[in-house]
Amino acid sequence: MLWKKETVITLAVIVAAWQLASHFLPPFLFPSVLTIGAEIGRIATHAKALGSVAATSARILAGMAGAFVIGGALGLLMGRVRWVEHYVHPALTFDQGIPALSWVVFSIIWFKTNEFRIWFIIVMTTLPAFAFQMYDSYRSMSKDLVEMALSFRPSRWDMFRTLVWPSVLPGIFTAWKVNLGNVARVVVVAELVGATSGVGYQLLVQQQQFDMAGAMAWTLVLVVFVTLAQKVVELVEHASLRHVVVSERMA
Amino acid sequence: MNVIRFEEVSKQFAVRGKGTASAPYAVRGLSFAIERGELVAVVGKTGCGKSTMFNLLIGLSAPSDGMVAVLGRDPFAEFAHLAGKVGVVFQGDRLLPWRSALANVEYGLELLKARRADRVQVARQWLLKLGLEAHMDKYPHALSGGMRQRVSIARAFATDPEILLCDEPFSALDEINAALLRNELRRLVKESGKTGMLVTHSIREAMDVGDRILVLRAPGHVTAEFRVADTLAAVGEAGLKRQILDAMGQEASLQDADALGPAAAAGRVDSAA
Ligand SMILES: Nc1ncnc2c1ncn2[C@@H]1O[C@H](COP(=O)(O)OP(=O)(O)O)[C@@H](O)[C@H]1O
Ligand SMILES: [Mg+2]
Repeated sequence: MLWKKETVITLAVIVAAWQLASHFLPPFLFPSVLTIGAEIGRIATHAKALGSVAATSARILAGMAGAFVIGGALGLLMGRVRWVEHYVHPALTFDQGIPALSWVVFSIIWFKTNEFRIWFIIVMTTLPAFAFQMYDSYRSMSKDLVEMALSFRPSRWDMFRTLVWPSVLPGIFTAWKVNLGNVARVVVVAELVGATSGVGYQLLVQQQQFDMAGAMAWTLVLVVFVTLAQKVVELVEHASLRHVVVSERMA
Repeated sequence: MNVIRFEEVSKQFAVRGKGTASAPYAVRGLSFAIERGELVAVVGKTGCGKSTMFNLLIGLSAPSDGMVAVLGRDPFAEFAHLAGKVGVVFQGDRLLPWRSALANVEYGLELLKARRADRVQVARQWLLKLGLEAHMDKYPHALSGGMRQRVSIARAFATDPEILLCDEPFSALDEINAALLRNELRRLVKESGKTGMLVTHSIREAMDVGDRILVLRAPGHVTAEFRVADTLAAVGEAGLKRQILDAMGQEASLQDADALGPAAAAGRVDSAA
């Protein structure tokens, strides 16, 4: 089963409350659930609108992929090389303190291409979580298992492939899930920076037209995308971490 | 040629903030040699330097002084040269939790680049030999402690190493399982003609497994050496125990006293088997 009973109930209550409010408040503030549904239907059936959904999705995935590769490599290096840890750790902590909006401003000033600006913003905001998670996972790798593997005198690559990678994999899934939750907020802000497609751009248009139903519809589309992406990560995680023990009492 | 040789080996562990000169010794002036086909038990109290010697032997650390040679090679400096030559059974099973029993036994063969079909076949044979045919596809968390240690023994044997090294492999098991497994280990080493070393703090275990017993005392040096068959013939079992205990140091730990008990579970299991 994909969704728990409680999840469905919570969502139903929110929808019902919204519908109730729409009966008492003017439609430009609280459009009815049906109007919003119709807007979503319009998005789902129009090539241009779907293009915006695809653009935002692609930006999210490209940005996170970049952050994962760079951040993951930094995290591994920090775990393995003392001096890299000493220099890079504070830099990443510093980066974590910088608001997404500051990166938006910086990237407008620094770069010309819009797509690169958005990519850069997503990379800078999601990179620390990837790096720190990788670093922690690497450092908490079992010394006993490392010695066991070394006793077969493997090559560095085999050591990485058969021991390091499986050890850090659970941490990687965690980082993806955490970052997917944050990235939706970042990407729409990034897309306000002169993109001509994407959910952020569409939200800007709805705001200019004062169209609450459209704004709601676009927001929901983004939430659905993030939820689906989370689900995909969870499924992959579940398939690859079959060995993980769960105590019956904790299940 | 000696298969394993230690010559005046010392290992110091530097204390943070102090010079290496004053660093305490974990092993000091350790010398011994092991011939091809011998099975040697190294016995000593906890903290006497057994694991330190063991890590020097498998090349995980370098001696501060002296020389270690395994098959004529320096196991630390010539680390990769001994690939496939040395099999190790550690204290605690050290199985990879994300691999099934079968895949754990395949592990060493995989690192040694054996073909997939071959390594599955060899791994199956070893699990069969150790009585685990019904558990091949289980993950370590679904196996008992005794089964897990069997898997780790199978993993060490699967690569068919010339030398088999074991560091207190049974110390986490109950006495009956430990006795069963050490008999099995001795049989496997002997029938394959391998050279073996078993490190233990249990006198009982050393006597059950070893052709020869080296007694270690802190900081890591040999204080006595016994050829088990000869000594048993000369002074009997109680005499050998007494002599080992003396060589280990005055006050025997509780565990050592346990191992000396007349009703050692090992005896009962042996006669039942
Ligand atoms: N990595 C290390 N750093 C500092 N001291 C160590 C280290 N490893 C072992 N020692 C010390 O060396 C001595 C011997 O330890 P060890 O070889 O583990 O003994 P055993 O295996 O016989 O119980 C102990 O006093 C221990 O505290
Ligand atoms: Mg030890």
